Amino acid sequence: MQKGLVASTVALVSLLAWSSAHAQNTATTESTPRRNLYVGAPVDGWTSLPVTKPANSQPGTAPRRDISGIWDPGNGGIQAMGAGAMPEDGKPGHDLPYTPAGLAALKLSKPSNGVRSVMPGNTNDPVVACDPQGFPREDLYELRTTQILQEPSRLIVLYEFGKIWRSIWTDGRDFPKDPAPRWFGYSIGKWEDDYTFVVQTTGINNEVWVDRAGRPHSPDLRVEERFHRIDSDTLELTVTINDPKMYTKPWIALNKLPFKLQSPQFDVTEMMCSPSELAEYNEFIGDPASGKDSK
Amino acid sequence: MIKNLTKKLAATSVVAIALFALSVPVFAHHGTAAFEISRTITMKATVTDWFWANPHCFVKFDYKNDKGEVEHWVVETSNPPDMMNKGWTIHTLKAGDEITVTVYPVKNNKPVGRLITVKLPGGQTLSN
Repeated sequence: MQKGLVASTVALVSLLAWSSAHAQNTATTESTPRRNLYVGAPVDGWTSLPVTKPANSQPGTAPRRDISGIWDPGNGGIQAMGAGAMPEDGKPGHDLPYTPAGLAALKLSKPSNGVRSVMPGNTNDPVVACDPQGFPREDLYELRTTQILQEPSRLIVLYEFGKIWRSIWTDGRDFPKDPAPRWFGYSIGKWEDDYTFVVQTTGINNEVWVDRAGRPHSPDLRVEERFHRIDSDTLELTVTINDPKMYTKPWIALNKLPFKLQSPQFDVTEMMCSPSELAEYNEFIGDPASGKDSK
Repeated sequence: MIKNLTKKLAATSVVAIALFALSVPVFAHHGTAAFEISRTITMKATVTDWFWANPHCFVKFDYKNDKGEVEHWVVETSNPPDMMNKGWTIHTLKAGDEITVTVYPVKNNKPVGRLITVKLPGGQTLSN
């Protein structure tokens, strides 16, 4: 334990020293001023360098009815133990209000992380097999640098994980009647006030896990997102799960996750699941580690 | 002067330890079920391949053990965006590089593991 802690400290101190040295180099080689409010993270996909925080940066007032931009949530969006506000970690206050059907459905998922984890070779997590995350999981696992574009009739949200996107319609339409279920469902949104954009999503298919921990949902799932523009540089996201068949009451899955506005020149790094790359990983690591190969 | 230096070093260590405690754990996304996390192995080895891809990057290396046998190891790291955050690139390792690598081995004794740290030919140490 002692050895590990010393090794960890040495590694971390080296990394911090490297980061600060590198940061200083980055500042002097930039010709176009870049605005990045997170020190050390996120990493620009184009230059592969951490972008430093400018000195004396003060946020301005929030623009009205505008959540467009390139937004980064830091590490708070990774949510490796399940939904950020309600991870499946056995801690008090993190038990979800399952119905009996919800508990039964939970047991069908075999995640490869967390307290119910199985060996990597035995998981049935669709995302581990390169299926799309779908919604709301795209908000509740590996939520990283997120780009929001605003058009007259809709918002388009571009996600880093899976290099995937969805539309949120703002033209006043209602949900389709008896829709074909989709990985990302059907989303409609409207401004509750000048700084709060509220989205409802339904019609999510059965393949989607709610989060990394494999929380279940029924076809009746309705997800609410609240995007709250705090100031010129900050956006907060709150996600609420509402599914009376699986949960006795709605629960908050993500609570005011803060995003910081990035430079419009920030190139989001690519993060995609490739079945062929996954097959290589399984051949050399996943299957041997799980005892699944014949070697 | 020495007193100040010691104080500064102690302060840095405290900050470093505190930051480490607060940081996202190494196994954040990808589970520990297959790995023996109570045990680490450090090896002087020669890189044979560096694979930069999702869901994990991984490095292949040859390690000559005490019996003189060459063990062919495959060791995973996190995904490219995480690795970039920690200073790694697609060029960090290449076949022929002499490295010192510390890993968590898998539970079933195969030459497979998860990387903790690696010391590169230039002397720099990077972490997973």
